[in-house]
Amino acid sequence: MTPPSTLPLGDPAPADGLLPAQAADGAAGRRFSLYAHIPFCAVRCGYCDFNTYTATELGGGASQAAYAATAVKEITFAARALDLSGVPARPMGTVFFGGGTPTLLPAGDLTAILAAAVDQWGLAADAEVTTEANPDSVTADSLRELADGGFTRVSFGMQSAVPHVLKVLDRTHNPQRVPQAVAWAREAGLNVSVDLIYGTPGESMADWETSVRAALSYEPDHISAYSLIVEEGTKLAAQIRRGQVPDIDDDDHAAKYELADALFAEAGLHWYEVSNWARTPADACRHNLAYWRGDDWWGVGPGAHSHVGGVRWWNVKHPTAYAGRLEQGLSPAAGRETLDPATRDVERIMLGSRLAEGLAVETLTPAGRAAVAGLIAAELVDPRAAFAGTLVLTLKGRLLGDAVTRALLD
Amino acid sequence: MSPKARTAPVPAATDPAIIRNFCIIAHIDHGKSTLADRMLQLTGVVEPRDMKAQYLDRMDIERERGITIKSQAVRIPWEVDGTAYCLNMIDTPGHVDFTYEVSRSLAACEGAILLVDAAQGIEAQTLANLYLAMENNLTIIPVLNKIDLPAAQPEKYAAELANLIGGKPEDVLKVSGKTGMGVEELLDQIVRELPAPVGNPDAPARAMIFDSVYDTYRGVVTYVRVVDGKLSPREKIQMMSTRATHELLEIGVSSPEPVPSKGLGVGEVGYLITGVKDVRQSKVGDTVTTFLKPAAESLGGYQDAKPMVFSGLYPLDGTDYPVLRDALEKLMLNDAALVYEPETSAALGFGFRVGFLGLLHLEITRERLEREYKLDLISTAPNVEYEVTLEDKKVIQVTNPSEYPTGKIAEVREPMVAATILAPNEFVGAIMELCQSRRGIMGGMDYLSEDRVEIRYRLPLAEIVFDFFDILKSKTRGYGSLDWKADGEQVADLVKVDIMLQGEQVDAFSAITHRDKAYAYGVMMTGKLRELIPRQQFEVPIQAAIGARIIARENIRAIRKDVLAKCYGGDISRKRKLLEKQKEGKKRMKMVGRVEVPQEAFIAALSSDDTSKDKSKK
Ligand SMILES: Nc1nc2c(ncn2[C@@H]2O[C@H](COP(=O)(O)OP(=O)(O)OP(=O)(O)O)[C@@H](O)[C@H]2O)c(=O)[nH]1
Ligand SMILES: C[S@@+](CC[C@H](N)C(=O)[O-])C[C@H]1O[C@@H](n2cnc3c(N)ncnc32)[C@H](O)[C@@H]1O
Ligand code: SF4
Ligand SMILES: [Mg+2]
Repeated sequence: MTPPSTLPLGDPAPADGLLPAQAADGAAGRRFSLYAHIPFCAVRCGYCDFNTYTATELGGGASQAAYAATAVKEITFAARALDLSGVPARPMGTVFFGGGTPTLLPAGDLTAILAAAVDQWGLAADAEVTTEANPDSVTADSLRELADGGFTRVSFGMQSAVPHVLKVLDRTHNPQRVPQAVAWAREAGLNVSVDLIYGTPGESMADWETSVRAALSYEPDHISAYSLIVEEGTKLAAQIRRGQVPDIDDDDHAAKYELADALFAEAGLHWYEVSNWARTPADACRHNLAYWRGDDWWGVGPGAHSHVGGVRWWNVKHPTAYAGRLEQGLSPAAGRETLDPATRDVERIMLGSRLAEGLAVETLTPAGRAAVAGLIAAELVDPRAAFAGTLVLTLKGRLLGDAVTRALLD
Repeated sequence: MSPKARTAPVPAATDPAIIRNFCIIAHIDHGKSTLADRMLQLTGVVEPRDMKAQYLDRMDIERERGITIKSQAVRIPWEVDGTAYCLNMIDTPGHVDFTYEVSRSLAACEGAILLVDAAQGIEAQTLANLYLAMENNLTIIPVLNKIDLPAAQPEKYAAELANLIGGKPEDVLKVSGKTGMGVEELLDQIVRELPAPVGNPDAPARAMIFDSVYDTYRGVVTYVRVVDGKLSPREKIQMMSTRATHELLEIGVSSPEPVPSKGLGVGEVGYLITGVKDVRQSKVGDTVTTFLKPAAESLGGYQDAKPMVFSGLYPLDGTDYPVLRDALEKLMLNDAALVYEPETSAALGFGFRVGFLGLLHLEITRERLEREYKLDLISTAPNVEYEVTLEDKKVIQVTNPSEYPTGKIAEVREPMVAATILAPNEFVGAIMELCQSRRGIMGGMDYLSEDRVEIRYRLPLAEIVFDFFDILKSKTRGYGSLDWKADGEQVADLVKVDIMLQGEQVDAFSAITHRDKAYAYGVMMTGKLRELIPRQQFEVPIQAAIGARIIARENIRAIRKDVLAKCYGGDISRKRKLLEKQKEGKKRMKMVGRVEVPQEAFIAALSSDDTSKDKSKK
């Protein structure tokens, strides 16, 4: 998964990529992951705010062909910078290729990047290695090549099974392509996830049910379902502003979330994060769990975010600028923030409360603990889990998750 | 052509025969302050390099808005036929809220320049100010201004003016305050036509206080016009109303900067400084005499400016209450028209109920408080003062709707105004319709000229102070002008409308309205609040009620979704910052029962468009 295209404001990051001392504290005991961003797409979808570029947008500057080599440069730089910062090398527990459309690059490029990272850090025995993929950017052969090169999992951007919804989303694939791609992935031995988007303007409840049932009929191991977010600056936002497309509606989103959660559960997929459902706990996306649990990871690629021991940083956005920095042996980081313990705790609660595994009530502040009773009364928090000492959201609570976070942090 | 005076007459030694006291009166924006500029320049009291437009509009707020709020008196020399004269010129405000400033200034003068914009003609405050001048028996010099404008119609409006005051159209002077054209002739005419002041130099001193201003450096500066006798420095003076005595620390004239003098004699206008700290100890309208040789009879005073509209002022941040209290105290030193008392609101906390002369006065006061004292304020919907008689004959004055008695009411009286509207005759129908819809009773109608009429109505104050003028302007395509003055009261069928959130009454939104308009208020306010209050985790009914009877209701549905769908590696910093912003936002919430109401909602719900800045000029 991928960074949003607007970078946060932070402190300047040093050119040598060295991390502040706190990053190394206790690092040996923490897990390590790798994210690799592939900033290319065949076309730009109207709702998409990710840091990705079509060939025309790039205008021949940073070439797709040279990208794998550039990414490998950052991996080499990363290993050295971590080492010099006193952060010991740890085998990667999870790797995730996100985009953009990683599968727009030849499978060999992706496996080469992976191999370079494995060279530097090694791969844990049971490691999860995922790539995102657009259904029409894979073939049986390319998927087999990925599996042979070490990938274990693929996440398809299905979004919807309904043609008029796909059209509003600017999706180019034929819905029939999704079961085909899922079947190829299975044959290649890959674990399969599909992404869905609900609440697209013009999508009826029946349309959404069709999409959910279609996704379930492919029997994926995992489903992510996101309510459509209208990001500032996107074509979709402009269309809504001009009244060409109706606005999205939170109530519609809520009803569709409830429907999806019920149908997923009926089919044996259970939520483990607000927008994610897995067939078994082992099918949960461990890479994403790493984000939510505050693990360490290095993010390779333009605009990619990283986190090591409470230090967050993000790379320059444009592929050309990114490649230029690495060319000169400089850190591609554009900015960073070093979180103090209080801020890390805010993040822990903000992220942890979204998970089905929940938050230990005893780790909350006294004020946060005092808010729990009210959250139970408002039916946002599961009472039984709370009695047992864990804060877990109810269905209503998942839909009002940000309100719960605010209450816990009051 | 008159040269500017070579030697200016010296204060305290000026023969009343060479004194001319006059003020410039007009409808708002007809160019009084600009004409005053030319006079300051021509008479040489302001050097060319110090000159700036509307020199006498000294307050920031006057300069920004381009309007005069306070009258300013200036002593200027002018020579005619070899004699140096002393002229006291007073520039007055044109806005109806500050009419009381005009009447005070008139009492210090023998003459008035009635200025009329040659592109606009006579307007409502032209008539109102002319009327005040005639009541004071002043000699009036009609003058058309802005004749440099291409749109000027001097012939037409000279005829209108002559018709109004008597005299011949060709006697109406035509000037341009902008180019200075005709201003010297006007100064000459002031000297020739206006009577000199008369008074007894040997009688005990009597001076009329026509303004009193607090200055941080000098304390209270009192402006006076001497009628009899003489005031001298270091003399002990006495206020005739209270018999309080003060040491005269400084006496002088404004020219236009303060210049200390050896005293002030008969007919002269100047200032006194006594070291008092409160303008109320040196009250406008009072007569100053000397302690050693006190006068027996005071000069006729003026009526105190009476507050017409009331509004609650509350600091957004409750801890600013002491700052607001001190700020009001200071403003009051300078503004005798301001009255206030503390009050509490269940919704807004501690604040003050403040009485104003009108909406512009409210707006300016609020702006000064916010700017000069760095306060963020909420002002509640303005209302007028009601007199409620209970069945047990007890009478209560209500300036705050939430104090409206709930018990048995025998009768409610509301303040009335006499309104004068001037407009081209094609708009008569529209104006009558508007006034009737505002419960107005027509008093009469006169033609000022062939195509311009004056229409008089008696209307409830509450119906005209808020949006009436804006509607009048739009119904008359900008040509209508309005003037009004208090005109007693009447019994009316009034009710209090309460607004409730989730059954909890919000006092700040209560209003007293005519029974026929209660429903409209209820629908408007509940509708506004539905838009302004964000959805909560539970349903929030909003109701408007008269007593126990619900007259309007709206519903804010419970929020069902408040969670960011995606939250991955790159979203974390962004989401955390959003959360911090939301937490900040929550601090600006006021709790009404369980309902979180953003302070912006209070501000937006309580502000009517007519209090916005761009419409403030009347
Ligand atoms: N063209 C032209 N404009 C003028 C003349 N006199 C004044 N103005 C303009 O008219 C506007 C109002 O002028 P002021 O002198 O502030 O008017 P005022 O009567 O003092 O206004 P209030 O004090 O607010 O009642 C300003 O924009 C002036 O520049 C004039 O003789 N010719
Ligand atoms: C980086 S995106 C893209 C992966 C791949 N390029 C694709 O589109 O299939 C990962 C997922 O984020 C989701 N997504 C992207 N933009 C979104 C938006 N504005 N609102 C909701 N979900 C969005 C989509 O479900 C998408 O599959
Ligand atoms: S294909 Fe995926 S990453 Fe590319 S523009 Fe569309 S949604 Fe965004
Ligand atoms: Mg003025």
